[in-house]
Amino acid sequence: MSLSPVEGAARAEMEPAADPVKPDEQGIVGRSPGQLAWARLRRDRTAMVSGVVLVLFVVLALAAPLISKLYGVGPNEQFQQLLDGNGMPLGYVGGITGDHWFGLEPRLGRDIFIRMIYGMRTSLFIAFAAALVTTAIGVAAGILAGFLGGIVDTVISWITDVALALPFLIFALAVVPTVGLRFYGPREEVPPAFQVTVLIGIFAAFGWTSTARLVRGQVISLREREFVEAARASGAGLGHMLFRQLLPNLWAPILVAFSLAVPSYITGEAALSFLGIGILEPTADFGRMIFQSIPYLQTDPAYVFFPGVTIFILVLAFNLLGDALRDALDPKSSR
Amino acid sequence: MSTETEPLLRVRGLTKHFPVREGFRAKGAVRAVDGVDFDVRPGETLGLVGESGCGKTTTGRMLVRLLEPTAGTIEFAGRDITHARRAQLRPLRQDLQIIFQDPYASLNPRHTVGRIVAMPLQVNGINPPGGIKKRVQELLELVGLNPEHYNRYPHEFSGGQRQRIGIARALALRPKLIVADEPVSALDVSIQAQVINLLRDLQRDLDLAFVFIAHDLAVVRHFCHRVAVMYLGTIVEIGDRDDIYTRPQHPYTRALLSAIPDVTTLGPAGRIRLTGDVPTPLNPPSGCRFRTRCWKAQERCATEEPALVTRDGGNQATACHFPESGPIGVVTSEPVEVP
Repeated sequence: MSLSPVEGAARAEMEPAADPVKPDEQGIVGRSPGQLAWARLRRDRTAMVSGVVLVLFVVLALAAPLISKLYGVGPNEQFQQLLDGNGMPLGYVGGITGDHWFGLEPRLGRDIFIRMIYGMRTSLFIAFAAALVTTAIGVAAGILAGFLGGIVDTVISWITDVALALPFLIFALAVVPTVGLRFYGPREEVPPAFQVTVLIGIFAAFGWTSTARLVRGQVISLREREFVEAARASGAGLGHMLFRQLLPNLWAPILVAFSLAVPSYITGEAALSFLGIGILEPTADFGRMIFQSIPYLQTDPAYVFFPGVTIFILVLAFNLLGDALRDALDPKSSR
Repeated sequence: MSTETEPLLRVRGLTKHFPVREGFRAKGAVRAVDGVDFDVRPGETLGLVGESGCGKTTTGRMLVRLLEPTAGTIEFAGRDITHARRAQLRPLRQDLQIIFQDPYASLNPRHTVGRIVAMPLQVNGINPPGGIKKRVQELLELVGLNPEHYNRYPHEFSGGQRQRIGIARALALRPKLIVADEPVSALDVSIQAQVINLLRDLQRDLDLAFVFIAHDLAVVRHFCHRVAVMYLGTIVEIGDRDDIYTRPQHPYTRALLSAIPDVTTLGPAGRIRLTGDVPTPLNPPSGCRFRTRCWKAQERCATEEPALVTRDGGNQATACHFPESGPIGVVTSEPVEVP
């Protein structure tokens, strides 16, 4: 996966249009709405820059073990000999040297650069997985509620309202440690994979509501369109109407919702880890890194600076790309 | 067009009520269509005219089973399809298709023209000889489009071309009857003529029957063999085109026809001006539904609902206690009671 999933999805949307017709017998080929959107996106410099930044981050995160090998430092390696008596890194700006590009953590003496790469991998994996799961649930719930209407709509909308009414943070604070205790005793170590699953589950339980509402509204407006009725008049079944007629018209809002959900999960995961209920030591993680760096704000600002700036760029790039995507997919909306 | 031919479509007492709720309580119903009877014979065109909100479109949608009728029966080729399920309808779907009013809403913007026209074939699992693509290109040619436009998208076509795509889609299953729901009212006048002529050529070549829903009386006169005039959910008059246009018997038909703009005569010569609005279909007037606006209304009109009856042994049936006689333009002021 050398592309970010967002762009992969954009490509996938255009694939049906790019018919594998041989050029010589091609004749007149129209440009699909997807191709037009792609062309608009290509012209948008912000979108291209943020896209490139994201691809770079994703490649870095995916290649974390490789980078670690090339860099020559592992994520949990400690360099106590490079710290002074108070546990602060020797040298300038948090101990930046040719061996340790972003310096060392105070006290533990781990390399910040390689921990950031690994932390990014954790963050991006959780964010993408959570966004995928929530989008899938949201689309399924929204499309069913919108198209079937009636009692199905009432029940799904009611569940959506309940999920929206639950306070996310309090729920997460209550559930995450409890679930950990339930499966692993108080003294046992909770494996990272389990923590990640619990986090994704928490995000999935709360995050699908906005997508569901968005899709439901879109479907309600599309449902009465005559092309859906034409399919029904031809004897099309529910599956054909949902997936062949409606879904192709929903890709644009779904894609935008997805691309805006990913950064919110990155910050959400960071916030939970910051509060100590996310990913635990020794797994590298963005949010916890920032949390741990706060006490050193005055003594070792470089420790706060690098993860902070990186997460800022990452989230900003995602949001800018999401906005650009929205503009490209819906040229009628104002810029 | 002999009357002995078995009708392709036989509609009896077709009714559609839309319930109106206030909270959980039912608060009456909008009687959009209230007991409509008509036949359509093979290869015939029945025009369904009337002003906005009279139930034309609702009737058309019930015919192709997009709406479930509240009461009444629809028989197609001798089979009752009023409440047939999807699986039962499947063979009939091929014979019964619809063309929509708005060519901008009736084509899926994310599908190529080829996919749109092939959709009825695909959902019915039909694989025509020579393949779906060949059949689609034949259809595009049939409706006067370039078959090479197969891979284009709807947004690249004009309104008239889009309507042709919609017609090609309706023709894909080789139907016997097409419900055309105001197929030209969203188009330019010059394009209207092209599309109407296309429909007429198709009708001649493919022996199609049409239920042609329109509010443009000139278009209906050009295209239809028979005409049914609807008012507030009921048919007030039905008959052969020439009878309806030259010797209308129902006062409403007369008023409607006199409203056709005529550029050859200036001024409101012979125009019948109806006063008031169409009553609400939530609570239609008792007796004759037109009586509130009819200049000939008598007490009997309020108490007794006129039946759609044939007079003078002709093909023309009128639902009126005091029908007009004589050619259009002459309005009898004195009510003449018909026994």
